Order: sequence, then C-alpha cells, then structure tokens
Amino acid sequence: MSRLSVSLPGLNMKNPILPASGCFGFGKEYAKWYDLSLLGGITIKAATLEGRFGNPTPRVAETESGMLNAIGLQNPGVINILENELPALEPYNIPILANIAGSTEEEYIEVTRQISASPLVSAVELNISCPNVKEGGIQFGTHYKSAADLTRQVKQVSEKPVYVKLSPNVSNIVEMAQAVEAAGADGLSMINTLIGMKLDWRTGKPILANKTGGLSGPAIKPVAIRMIYEVSQKVSLPIIGMGGVSTAEDVLEMMSAGASAVAVGTANFVNPYVCPEIIEKLPDLLDEIGVRNISEMTGRSFRQWKTPLSSR
Amino acid sequence: MKKHLLRITSNTEIARNIFEMKLTGSGVSLMTAPGQFLHVSVGKDSSNLLRRPLSICDVDLDREEATLLYRAQGDGTKQLSQKNNGEMVDVLGPLGNGFNLDTVDQNKNALLIGGGIGVPPLYYLGKQLKSSGVQVTFILGYQSKEDSFYVEKFQEIGETIVTTVDGSQGQKGFVTDAMEPCLEDEPVIYSVGPGVMLKAVEERAGGLDGYLSLEERMGCGIGACFACVCPTETRQSGYVKICSDGPVFKMGEVVL
Repeated sequence: MSRLSVSLPGLNMKNPILPASGCFGFGKEYAKWYDLSLLGGITIKAATLEGRFGNPTPRVAETESGMLNAIGLQNPGVINILENELPALEPYNIPILANIAGSTEEEYIEVTRQISASPLVSAVELNISCPNVKEGGIQFGTHYKSAADLTRQVKQVSEKPVYVKLSPNVSNIVEMAQAVEAAGADGLSMINTLIGMKLDWRTGKPILANKTGGLSGPAIKPVAIRMIYEVSQKVSLPIIGMGGVSTAEDVLEMMSAGASAVAVGTANFVNPYVCPEIIEKLPDLLDEIGVRNISEMTGRSFRQWKTPLSSR
Repeated sequence: MKKHLLRITSNTEIARNIFEMKLTGSGVSLMTAPGQFLHVSVGKDSSNLLRRPLSICDVDLDREEATLLYRAQGDGTKQLSQKNNGEMVDVLGPLGNGFNLDTVDQNKNALLIGGGIGVPPLYYLGKQLKSSGVQVTFILGYQSKEDSFYVEKFQEIGETIVTTVDGSQGQKGFVTDAMEPCLEDEPVIYSVGPGVMLKAVEERAGGLDGYLSLEERMGCGIGACFACVCPTETRQSGYVKICSDGPVFKMGEVVL
C-alpha cells in the first residue's frame, strides 16, 4: 500500500485521483496524451440504454473562472460502450466507475443491470443530477423520495457498489444524501454542476442552444467544499468529491472537507496532463504538512486528530 | 499529441480587431498540415479558463515560426491581443485533421473560399497547393474594407477575388456571389467560414469535389467532451466531432 492509496467500496485506488464523468470521454482521447494507468481510476461518460445524440450546439460557453455545458448525455448506448469502449480500458488495469443515466426508472435499472455485470466495471455512479436533459437526470435528483426510490431499485440489480451523484441544485443536500444512504447507496459523488445561464448582451439571446447549462470549474469549488463538508458529517458513506478541482492543493482541500477520493473535471480541458501532474505533486504537499498517508486527510476539517496537527 | 510553450515574436493588429501573432518554438516543426489548429491558452489565471481554437495561418518550418490570425472579440482573445513579444503562449497541437491535398491533381485548379476569420488557414493551404503545381484562385469575403486583411499576400499566390458586404472593397456581396465564373473549369473547392456560408458554398458548388472546415465553440479540443459535434448522414454514429474528426470534412459529409 502506497501513501497515496485509498480504498472505497469497489474502488481500490493507488491514488485518490480520477477524471470526472463527461470530462474524459471513454478515456481513449486522453490515452494519446499519457499512460492512463497512472490514474487512481476513471469515470466514464454517462451511459444510457440507447445511443443519444445530445443537444444542439453551441454546447459550451465560458464564464468567469468556469464554464457552462449542455452536452445532453451524448453517448453511443450501453451495448456499444460494453462492446467497444470498455475493452479499450482493460490494459490500464485501474478501477472503472461507470456513470449511468436514463429518462425513466426502467432505463436506469436496465443500464445498471447490463453495465454492472461487466468484469471491467468496478462500481457504478448513478447520475441523478444531469441538468441538461428534459427527462430523467436531475428530475430524480431533486426530490428525496424519487432519488431514494431509484437508488433502492438500482441497488437491487447492480452487481457492483453504487455511488449516487448528487446535484447541488437542491435546497438541502444533507437530506438528499441521507435519503439515498437510507436507500442503500454505497457512496456519494458530489457535486454535479450548478445550473446557470449566459446571454449575449448584443442580441440578448442565450449562448447555449439549450439556453441553460451546468456550471463547472474553479468558480464552483467553494460550493462543493461546503456541501461535502456538511454531508460528510451527517452520513457514513464515502464521498468522491468533485467540483472545480484543478490543483493538488484543491485535492487536499476537498479531502479535508470530507472526500475520500477526488474527481477532476473541467481542468482536463484546460490542461490534458492535469491528473498525472496533480498525482505527482501530492506526496510533496503531504510532506509539507507532515502527513504520511493521504487517507488521513479525509474529514480533517471537522475530525479531531489523535495528535494535534501542529505537533506532528 | 503535445503541449508546447511557444514564444511570441510579434502580435500586431492588421485590420479592425484582427491580430497577427507569430510564435516560435520547437513545437512548430509538427505543424505541417494546413487546416489544423492550435488550442491556445489565452489568460494568465483561471478567469478565462478555456482554450481558444485558432487555425494555423502560416508556418515557416526553417525559422520554426507559426502565424496565427485571430479576431479580438471577447475577453479571452482581447487578453491574447495584449500579450507582448517575448511572452510565452501555452498551446496544444497541432490538433485536428488538415485539408486533403491529394484530391487535386497538378494540372487541376483549386478554388479556396474563406469568410471573415475563416480566411487564415487558406493561406497556408494555398501556398502548399501552389508549390505542388496547382493553380489556385481565392475568394475572400469580409464585412468591409476596414475588416479585410492579407489580400496582397493572397494575391502573391494566385488570383484573388474580394467581396465585402458593404461594397467598400472588391465586389459588393457575399463570397457565393463571386463563385459562378470560377466554377467553369471544375475546380476542387476548399472553404472555411461560418456554417451559413459553408452551406451556401456547398449548394452553389453543385456537386463538385471539395472540403469544408467547420467552426464551433470547443471545450477540450481533443474529442473527449462532445461540445463541438455536427450531425452527419454518412457515418453510423450520426455525428462527427469537429475538433478531432475534423475540422475539415469532405463536402456533403456533414449536415450544415
């Protein structure tokens, strides 16, 4: 066990870094830039039952220290992913977190049943927080009862641990987290994007064809930190933290808030090498604060240390 | 695939809000295919997060110098326009697939049609076509005389027809208004510009062979984020990614 390794249900990771769903395709594009086996894991782009084309373009717009996207869950469908995309990741021998989406409960259940049966999939991430599709997605993630019901049903068919990806677009994220915990979730991923909008001041019209989109990037990091901090103290589930992480310092901040692993999203677009660069820097930062194993960082913001940090 | 730090050797306004930036560094030696682009980091901090896809206008392989032309329109490109000589620019690339030069034989003609900030890649393309013995004609469309750029440089390569929307330079109208007489000897068409222009060019070309280079807002620039897709009826997937499958497509391949 190395000092960077972390262990979460279904995910034994040699370091806590994995790309976030939707920001890394199915991995093959980034495999042209670096050896993916350096990563702690990979979250693949959301799978739906049938292939989806997604939303009209423009699908992205830059905002201050962030970006809006409204891709619309474009993907080739679960069968195609199982046959063509997942096998390409096998040689890297790292845990794969498969993101699952759907328009109906039945679709979520069927996609989970198929994808969780793959020996290449280590865990599934239930996407009940996509803000960019008309049906499904965030509809399941903004009502406690529907989130819990869906979690329960997906758990019944899943052969792998289930992480529920929470939306920040709710009035009380702690209650949402508690609801899916009670329904049997094995872990949480948080946060998905915040719903936002950008207009062209000349025309008055939205930049995105979908009009609204999901805000990501450094702008949302404080929101993610706060939500992880609140939720991690109220549930006993491990959390994969995400939202605006772009540096190794951000990773340790997010783990201090309560995350056990950290996903990097938008930063991959800014710098394709960001994940391996973060991983390389983490040991130096741990040395700087006198921490041996990175797993000790989780929940440091509220957890009492056995020995005060200052005397280490 | 590579990330490079290139040094600015010049960055000057050559027409209204149009800047010519010359960059030098070892990465330039890879930029051999006209039609490819660089994904350029524009800001100093995270306020302008996303890279800007800028097409390569010219490359001097001996001097290891690449030329980019861009319009300083939003915050990001305005920041880029304020960078000084000697500053470093972080670029990914060259990305995407360039124009297919093999389609046009030595004794054939090529008609290169560009609109606005779509004009730049036609320069590098025109130079390469000419050096392989192809007779090159350009139709370049601008809003007005104040917006036009590089016209004399294009004239050094081949016949150059300029159109402006307000008629202040060349013919009044759009690039498509100038196409008709150029189609008689059935040239291979290469065109870059906004989607509406490309659609009009494709319609006017009436089945001639040609290539179109598409513009779109991009995220990653390498095919992972699915921001810059375009529908197609010729591939099973039903779409292409402009950044990694394109930005150049055969005429008729994508639904404009």
